[in-house]
Amino acid sequence: MPGSPESSLIHARGLTKRFGSFTAVDGVDFDVAPGEAFGFLGPNGAGKTSTMRMIGCVSPVTDGTLTVRGLDPRTDGPEIRARLGVVPQQDTLDTELTVRENLVLYGRYFGLPRAECGRRADELLGFAQLTERQNDEVEPLSGGMKRRLTIARALINQPDLLLLDEPTTGLDPQARHLLWDRLYRLKQRGVTLVLTTHYMDEAEQLCDRLVVMDKAKIVAEGSPRQLIDRYSTREVTELRFGPGVQERLDGQLDGLADRIEHLADRVLLYADDGEAVAVAAHERGLNPETVLVRRSTLEDVFLRLTGRSLVE
Amino acid sequence: MAGLSRVVEHRAVQYRRTFRSSVFTSFLSPVLFLTAMGLGLGGYVDASGDAVLGGLSYLEFLAPGLLAATVMQSAAFEATFPIIGGLNWQRTFHAMYATPLSPSDIALGNLVWMAIRMAMIASVFSAVIIVLGAAHSPLVVLGIPVAVLTGMAFAAPITAFSATQRTPNRFNVIFRFGITPLFLFSGTFFPIESLPDVLQPIAWLSPLWHGVDLTRGLVLGTVGQQPAQMVAHVVVLVAIVVVSTWATVRMIERRLIRG
Repeated sequence: MPGSPESSLIHARGLTKRFGSFTAVDGVDFDVAPGEAFGFLGPNGAGKTSTMRMIGCVSPVTDGTLTVRGLDPRTDGPEIRARLGVVPQQDTLDTELTVRENLVLYGRYFGLPRAECGRRADELLGFAQLTERQNDEVEPLSGGMKRRLTIARALINQPDLLLLDEPTTGLDPQARHLLWDRLYRLKQRGVTLVLTTHYMDEAEQLCDRLVVMDKAKIVAEGSPRQLIDRYSTREVTELRFGPGVQERLDGQLDGLADRIEHLADRVLLYADDGEAVAVAAHERGLNPETVLVRRSTLEDVFLRLTGRSLVE
Repeated sequence: MAGLSRVVEHRAVQYRRTFRSSVFTSFLSPVLFLTAMGLGLGGYVDASGDAVLGGLSYLEFLAPGLLAATVMQSAAFEATFPIIGGLNWQRTFHAMYATPLSPSDIALGNLVWMAIRMAMIASVFSAVIIVLGAAHSPLVVLGIPVAVLTGMAFAAPITAFSATQRTPNRFNVIFRFGITPLFLFSGTFFPIESLPDVLQPIAWLSPLWHGVDLTRGLVLGTVGQQPAQMVAHVVVLVAIVVVSTWATVRMIERRLIRG
């Protein structure tokens, strides 16, 4: 893996976080280059949030090396945080204050003059499409609006590195797409995005490069395309059988595909030509209730690497 | 200092939006209480002769004690719900910690804000004492910082405790077995000499008694009569504030780091 404390925005070697006898992050190595969108993909409890909190300098590193912009979180926490934008997993907005007050007060934490906070707040309200709600209290806003406000707030110090911990968890599809659009614009402006997610579509949409985390370790690293090429086939054929049928298949699918995964409700057959697999299954006299041929996704990569689904 | 003042600024903006709803509990209610007890009940107490209270009317006796006790009650409230809210409900303290602010900025900023709130309440209450003619000395002005010091001797340790809690369930214990008995038995409403002999040393353990006795000495101008005791009151209260302020910083830091 290339990268050094000088060339990387974030540089981690053997990074470890322990809580008592529990190891949340177990010796991970990664580098984030300036301007890229980098993702941590993994199920809940994989160690993503603990890693993010160490990068954000709010949780001390137990062991290993971590530098952010060449600085050490152990000694330079406030200096690193001053140039960081953080979107935490849970909203931390002051719900009794207005949308605008939340932005202005947050700017004050960074020592910005009041007038400058106001000017930046106006600009960010536009970016987050919240200008019309600026004088409303935060509490009645929708989940999507609160997330957009949290992102706007994280940008008040004009950071070139934005940490997003599960930015769209719990949002409806429309709100997610709006958020992705805003994040994409930030990326185009050159802001480095580091995000965690357990949604493979989010990782595919946003990330130039990602690491797959499972049980406190990094199990694979690459671009979404590279990971799919390396750990899956081009296409997947999903066969869904009637109740009880799948259990009695007894090897009837053997040899149809490069690899076969039996899930609770369906069978996944991995092959480069999914259509041919479907035809071959019919020729063997199998009658699945539904047949779906699709391209491989990161979900398939994860299943291959860990034997489990991402969202359980 | 700069970071701390940002936290105070945040609390002040919050207060500006919500102060209307707290005007009654903070300012009007204590004044009504003083008037009803001091003038209403006091009429009966005073009818039995003024020898029991060392020549004072009941209003004169009660007013300084109630000043310190009112500030204590406000301290207990400010040190519980806003702290647990900032750490667990709205999580605004975590938002602050994601910026250059340090845990000690967040802890001390909140304590300073509580002191400001108490000074506001003590000032209004002191003005009422003066208007009712119950102040005997210009030292009444010093009753305000002493009442704040008394309040901080509660606010700081309770804040340290609140920082360790994730739900408000145990706050009832503080109010029921701490604040309410101290409010009643710390020499606010009657001299602790009226308590049974065995209970008197317990009153000495009450931070509120130290505050009440000292505030009374200042408002009535009798502080010079027992200088050693007055100095001891200040020492006790300052010691509690110093130790528990340190504890507050540690507890808030621990809680913020845990996430």
